[in-house]
Amino acid sequence: MAEKSEVVNFMDYKLTADKVNVWYGNFHALKDISMRIRPNTVTALIGPSGCGKSTFLRLLNRMNDYIEGFRMEGHILIDEKNIYAKRVRVEELRKEVGMVFQKPNPFPKSIYDNVVYGLTIRNVRDKKTLDEACENSLKQAALWDEVKDDLKKSALALSGGQQQRLCIARTLAVKPTIILMDEPASALDPISTAKIEELINELKKYYTIIIVTHNMQQAGRISDRTAFFYLGLLIEYDTTANIFTNPKEEKTQSYITGRFG
Amino acid sequence: MSQIDNPVQNLKHDLEDMFQLVTTQLTKAKEALTKFDKDLAREVVQMEKRVNGRELHIDRAAENFIALYAPVAIDLRFVLAVLKINNNLERIGDIAEGITKYIIEKKELFDAKLMEESNILPMYEAAVKMLTDAKTAFEKEDTLIARKIFKSDEYLDHINIEAIRTITDGLKNDPARIEDALYIISVIRKLERIGDQVKNIAEEIIFYIEAKVLKHAERK
Repeated sequence: MAEKSEVVNFMDYKLTADKVNVWYGNFHALKDISMRIRPNTVTALIGPSGCGKSTFLRLLNRMNDYIEGFRMEGHILIDEKNIYAKRVRVEELRKEVGMVFQKPNPFPKSIYDNVVYGLTIRNVRDKKTLDEACENSLKQAALWDEVKDDLKKSALALSGGQQQRLCIARTLAVKPTIILMDEPASALDPISTAKIEELINELKKYYTIIIVTHNMQQAGRISDRTAFFYLGLLIEYDTTANIFTNPKEEKTQSYITGRFG
Repeated sequence: MSQIDNPVQNLKHDLEDMFQLVTTQLTKAKEALTKFDKDLAREVVQMEKRVNGRELHIDRAAENFIALYAPVAIDLRFVLAVLKINNNLERIGDIAEGITKYIIEKKELFDAKLMEESNILPMYEAAVKMLTDAKTAFEKEDTLIARKIFKSDEYLDHINIEAIRTITDGLKNDPARIEDALYIISVIRKLERIGDQVKNIAEEIIFYIEAKVLKHAERK
């Protein structure tokens, strides 16, 4: 859905999706999605299962590329660069665009090794660089105080909430500018969820965050703008306050008030 | 029907009951005024406790609804409107009670000529009609009816201004009627305040249904 202003300065936007269509084989998963996202904001993608929101999220770091039958038309620009251009190296893109998944997925390694994993596979060997990256990332992910005395401990010994913050730290270590989150708190208890939400609010000072969530109140609490997807269409995209107080589309209202179907 | 429809319906019914209760209070007060019926006036004073109890009950139900269902969009606007309308209705109940207290206080019948000249009874009827219109607008979610209320409020304001002029003029010729005049003007003032309260209710109904904020805006 295009925004109202006629003159668009793409410099103002971190990310632009322009008439994006996606197919998985014959299934038309995303239909003509156009969306612009400003830097240092949190954008929530909401909608029922199968509406296309996760497909859209995964497009942003090209995670759909290897899905059988995947086909895409349209453009996705990050900092005005087309991320589906031939010369783009997917590994580089994923460094720029980090992802946090629904279930915490630490590697069966130490806390330290988990955080610096993205650097070591890029052949960073300097101990001081790695130490600094580890400390900074864990601090940014609000986990440092809880683990600083035992960085050699297995990541699998951490609680679910800590594991998720560890995964966020691992994402931060490679210095992305965009962080994608796919229901990052849905497997966590309310306290861990609150910590993740607080963290998201802190991280948006430095990163642009796009989050898929099924929790309406969470979208309300943490996001600046909300996009509602349904049957592969972007039904409504507006400030979160507008979406939750006075949505323009009947479908949006039905969905957020729990009257869908 | 979704999970959230139940509490919404219950709140709606509760508020409709409150509308009914307050309307009854107001019409009984009118009858007491017309017939100078002190017993009926006392009944209104007695029933005011029930109005206050209803108000608290609805406040609590609305609070529970917000806490338990985290309503958004139209549900959120609905519950916000219910809270405000509930408060407006309670105020109207207070005003009805205030009118009947004058009747209880007063020793003799109100001066018939002053009643006639001041247009107090047509004004009273208009105020009751406004309230029943507001109830209908709320029940039927009809913003057209709600909008008509603004016109009626202007009528009440007009009678209020005219009555003060008529009564002051009348008093110049017959200062003995001053006590009656003061009572009648006080009742008229109260009716004018009912008009304002019902107007607020109409604004809340429009806000909840159309998401338009009319408060403090110029209406055409």
